[in-house]
Amino acid sequence: MDKPTNQNIRIGFYVCHCGSNIAAMVDCPAVAKYVETLPHVVLSRDYKYMCSDPGQELIQKDIAEHKLTRVVVASCSPLLHEHTFRGAVEAGGLNPFFFHMVNIREHDSWVHTDKAEATTKAKELAHAAIMRVAMHKALEVKRVPVHPDALVIGGGIAGIHAAMTLANAGKKVFLVEREPSIGGHMAKFDKTFPTLDCAACILTPKMSEAGSHPNITLLSYSEVTKLDGYVGNYTVTVKRKPRYIIEDKCTGCQECVANCVYKEAKFPDEFNEGLGKRKPVYIPFPQATPQVVVIDPKTCLNFRNGELTGKCKKSCVTACGEKQAIDFNQKETFLELKVGTVIVTTGFKAFDAKRMPQYGYGKFPNVFTALEIERLVNSSGPTGGHVVLRDGKTEPKSIGIIHCVGSRDKKTNRWCSRVCCMYSLKLAHLLKEHTGAEIYNFYIDMRTPGKGYEEFYDKLLEEGVHFIRGRVGEVTDWAMSKEEMEKGKLVIRVEDTLAGYVRRIPFDMVVLATGLEPQEDAQSIRRMLNMSCGTEGFFLERHPKLAPVSTFTEGIFLAGCCQGPRDIPDSVAQAGAAAEALVLIDKGYIEQEPNTAYILDDECCGCKSCIPLCPYTAITFDAAKKKAVINEALCKGCGTCVAGCPSGSIVQNLFDDEEIFSEIEGVLAHE
Amino acid sequence: MSKPKVAFYWCASCGGCEETVVDLAEDILGVVEKVDIVLWPVAMDFKYKDIEAMADKSITATFLNGAIRSTEQEEMARLLRRKSVYLIAYGACAHTGGIPALANQFSREQILKFNYEDAPTLVKGEKTRPLTSFTEEGRTVSLPALHNVVRTLDQVVDVDYYVPGCPPTPKITRAAVNALLEGKLPPKGTVIGPDHALCEECERKDTKPDKWDFVEFKRPHQKLMDEKCFLAQGVVCMGPATRAGCEAQCTAGGMPCTGCFGGTSRVRDQGAKILSSICSNIAAKEEDEIDETLAGIPDPVGTFYRYGLAKSILRRKMNLPTNP
Repeated sequence: MDKPTNQNIRIGFYVCHCGSNIAAMVDCPAVAKYVETLPHVVLSRDYKYMCSDPGQELIQKDIAEHKLTRVVVASCSPLLHEHTFRGAVEAGGLNPFFFHMVNIREHDSWVHTDKAEATTKAKELAHAAIMRVAMHKALEVKRVPVHPDALVIGGGIAGIHAAMTLANAGKKVFLVEREPSIGGHMAKFDKTFPTLDCAACILTPKMSEAGSHPNITLLSYSEVTKLDGYVGNYTVTVKRKPRYIIEDKCTGCQECVANCVYKEAKFPDEFNEGLGKRKPVYIPFPQATPQVVVIDPKTCLNFRNGELTGKCKKSCVTACGEKQAIDFNQKETFLELKVGTVIVTTGFKAFDAKRMPQYGYGKFPNVFTALEIERLVNSSGPTGGHVVLRDGKTEPKSIGIIHCVGSRDKKTNRWCSRVCCMYSLKLAHLLKEHTGAEIYNFYIDMRTPGKGYEEFYDKLLEEGVHFIRGRVGEVTDWAMSKEEMEKGKLVIRVEDTLAGYVRRIPFDMVVLATGLEPQEDAQSIRRMLNMSCGTEGFFLERHPKLAPVSTFTEGIFLAGCCQGPRDIPDSVAQAGAAAEALVLIDKGYIEQEPNTAYILDDECCGCKSCIPLCPYTAITFDAAKKKAVINEALCKGCGTCVAGCPSGSIVQNLFDDEEIFSEIEGVLAHE
Repeated sequence: MSKPKVAFYWCASCGGCEETVVDLAEDILGVVEKVDIVLWPVAMDFKYKDIEAMADKSITATFLNGAIRSTEQEEMARLLRRKSVYLIAYGACAHTGGIPALANQFSREQILKFNYEDAPTLVKGEKTRPLTSFTEEGRTVSLPALHNVVRTLDQVVDVDYYVPGCPPTPKITRAAVNALLEGKLPPKGTVIGPDHALCEECERKDTKPDKWDFVEFKRPHQKLMDEKCFLAQGVVCMGPATRAGCEAQCTAGGMPCTGCFGGTSRVRDQGAKILSSICSNIAAKEEDEIDETLAGIPDPVGTFYRYGLAKSILRRKMNLPTNP
């Protein structure tokens, strides 16, 4: 490759001490001295804080005084300050892309322990940057307008709060929920920790407000199936599942439910975790929003295998009368929405307790999951708040609560689900209150970080709830013959790690504090929205600290448990933050990094190799020209197509061959 | 004015390139009329000393085919470079290493051992190896020595132009000769031929789907009858990574492109490019399933670097000695 010999290239180099962050491990003056000897470098300085105002002014002054045409700063991660320095370079009168940043902090000083070697590495990295910056071309930041409407996917507490925040700010919001009602998991809870507020009392007003808000279009019983378009301008396809009810005509009077040919409710009720019964026509729970019934074709007599039979006498239709809200001919429909921003609040799935057979869920009727208990203790639940065993009548006299079921476990999920300790304490309190039973908590560590949480734990200790530290080995119905007290009971076998021996404790009821997992279809949502996820499957934020609600796709935000397990206050706080979408909407445009790829039109042979490679579906095939076309607004500059183009006919700004190869030469040049 | 002098020479090659010159058919007469051939071992009797005696730069153009494998080839390449105004790397071997360069996967010792000791067709136990010099009854005969690695012509001497192909087609040969005779020469270093990939001129192009999704790789003999794009059928075709100019004769004739024209000017490593593209389009997402799919390509180097190993970034097996 030809060495750059252009007289007009005058590089200014700055190495930042970052206080002692860099200077403690890298000899900054030595780096500056070395870089001074490299081609095209006209000045080379080291400075304490390049990102400070004086540091930035230094760059601007040098550009003017020394007629610099290129600037390289060796400092921290470009994620942090590339923007800052590009701004300084621009203010100095240069194209901001005549700048390159070298990361000698995260990539060097922070990860090395030998000062001499770390200094050498800094020199090599700087050399690479000097070589590449000479090849830089002037680029232009493009602006893409943002559609003012927003989409919120998932109508749990996070989604409701995010939608309300946007709607209250005057933005139009589409709130899509796949269940017949919004409310999510929170709607199923009885009380909330640590204040023991009634969940319904604080949630349902918000639900109905969201349901009737003039700026919110609530699309319940619907699923987002496709997202097309590009940053700030998405076309969303929403599948509306047939509920066999015309939503606008249903008043929620539930006459149809009362007059269903099934006189008795006899089908397991999803909302009550199967503990209660419902009819084929039902409303999930009294405060459901929207207040619209739904007909389940799997159980309704008028259907068989999804086909209309017409065999039922349709007393519901008669009951509905003039409202004519029932429509058995409803079909799945698809709705297309235009939105500029998306907030993903798809929530979590409770760990399936059957995956830990040693705890006997599904085998022993009186092993319950925490969510089942939430319904049992709820006064509007299937038993009216009467806590009974699976037989429907016996009150438990002793209850064992097992923590960390599907959490902190190498065999299932390694992460702490964050809420289980607290909700177990809450359930212990509620169960005690409802039944007066002896209650034991079996925990690994008690984790109560949060406002008022530790105090709640203290309170429980005083309430006479027992705590045994140890992971439960098994739940068994096998009684040791000598011990009459174990007969007919569920025995928890556990090593009491504080007392130092293995115990067997008999219970009437066992509650499994199941952990939180990513939703089953999280991966398809992730692919649809071009998001990333961590190894555990929760969606990945752009930066855990600095951009916790953003994703790597501009205009797509996260909140709530889809990003990781969290409690209600955190979900709501995060949902408020996810309304960062507002900033984008009000700004009206998104600035696009110009590091996008483009096709060399004359050279492209139309082999289509690149088309399926693009993770952002930015590449299409122009059938008339028989060439590939990249939609610049969709391109994120990942470079996949550039590497994949077999004829080298795709080039990426800031990463063309010349730039990359000279960078490689630079990094290898130092001895 | 005297006619321009032209030389043809062969190094590590199969002789196919020479055939192409003959393939110019009656056109060869026109060429012969306009030039003065001073060296063409395959057809005419000239001696080394004839060339050596010529003044430097007195040959207008030398068309040299074959890779550089032996000391003799290197010597001839240097001599002809000195004597010629234009040195043209003719054919895939001189251009990118060609088939002989596949030997760069093995050490010289491995090659000699197999060919002279272990090959099943040899007389057992003889173990006769060629020597570089041998004396008997006071007479010494010598043979050139083999280098450790096979090199392209431009890895040995400065090259002015490249005529690609295994072998170059008559059409592209004619274009090169005409450019020379008419003095319409492109910038130094140019590969004669278009600078886009083969798909552009392949008649199967329209049958190529937007998504390849390789589930299973097939070899050409398992899929000869179908007229669809080879890649769409799961047959490795080098077309997307290969310079056009051959008029897609192989794909028209029912065989996938094997890549003899090399990559375009924008590509540093043709094999890596098509590998990158094909591997990214494998349908399987799990590692063991991917391996299973890839097992359908029994000889990856021979498939993706059939003609380009010497010129590629890989160039040779890593632990071979670096000297030529």
